[in-house]
Amino acid sequence: MEIPYVDSPRPDTGLTNGKIGTWLFLASEVMLFGALFASYIVLRVGDPNWPDGREVLNIPLAFLNTVVLISSSVTMVMAWASLVRKDFAKFRIFQTLTVLGGVGFMVIKFIEYSAKFHHEPPLLPSTNNFMAVYFTLTGLHAFHVLCGMAINAYFIGPGAKLWKTRPQWFTDRVEHAGLFWHFVDLVWIFLFPVLYLL
Amino acid sequence: MADHVDIDKHVRTYMIVFGSLLVLTVLTVAVAYLDLPVWGAVAVALFIAAVKGSLVACYFMHLISEKKFIYLSLALTIFFFIGLLLLPILTDMDQITNL
Repeated sequence: MEIPYVDSPRPDTGLTNGKIGTWLFLASEVMLFGALFASYIVLRVGDPNWPDGREVLNIPLAFLNTVVLISSSVTMVMAWASLVRKDFAKFRIFQTLTVLGGVGFMVIKFIEYSAKFHHEPPLLPSTNNFMAVYFTLTGLHAFHVLCGMAINAYFIGPGAKLWKTRPQWFTDRVEHAGLFWHFVDLVWIFLFPVLYLL
Repeated sequence: MADHVDIDKHVRTYMIVFGSLLVLTVLTVAVAYLDLPVWGAVAVALFIAAVKGSLVACYFMHLISEKKFIYLSLALTIFFFIGLLLLPILTDMDQITNL
């Protein structure tokens, strides 16, 4: 059976089902991170000895990661724009750059985590509430980056076959994957100052 | 959804947003080292983050030209998100010790 409204909008909403599904999923993600941000606020305002993120965490690495993630968001929209222009070769280049941006982010995150684990004494989630919040929020965010990389890589590899048969559907799918990737960027935009700079 | 005619305009906008996001990121770090009082630092940092987030949502996620159904879903999400942030704080006000 053909799935309806995958590459043409539903008459009542004016949207494809994929786009509605993606936005509703992102709404649930907002609540997931919202719950963790709320926990962070409660723990922070109740602790007179809450450490200064600037003294414990690595600002230059986090700054670099912000730049990497913002840049990969740009390559993601450029990948989608290339498909709208029917330029599949350019799409592949921009989409690959987006995945590489994710790889770069994870490598920097690995360096950052390693420094915490090899610190004397080690800075672990069990060290204090600040480190627990830091590892929970950045860990969950890094997991989202990994998921986004997998989705984006799929559209360079096996998922790309759809371009030959249903180009509009493929373009929409890349747009929806982009929504998720930009959401991951958006979460980091708030995580960076909240954890590292305040 | 953009068509071929206006996609060039979109791409120019993406580049302007990209530049703005980089400048605002530098500003976020610079402000953090001004040693403002806690409430001031929180307000400025969240304001800059909100501007950056809005740029990403409006232009990269195309929210600036989205359909009503999406706006309604997001309005509902934001309502519950704010409730989620406020409820624990309002019920735990007596525990606030370091601000």
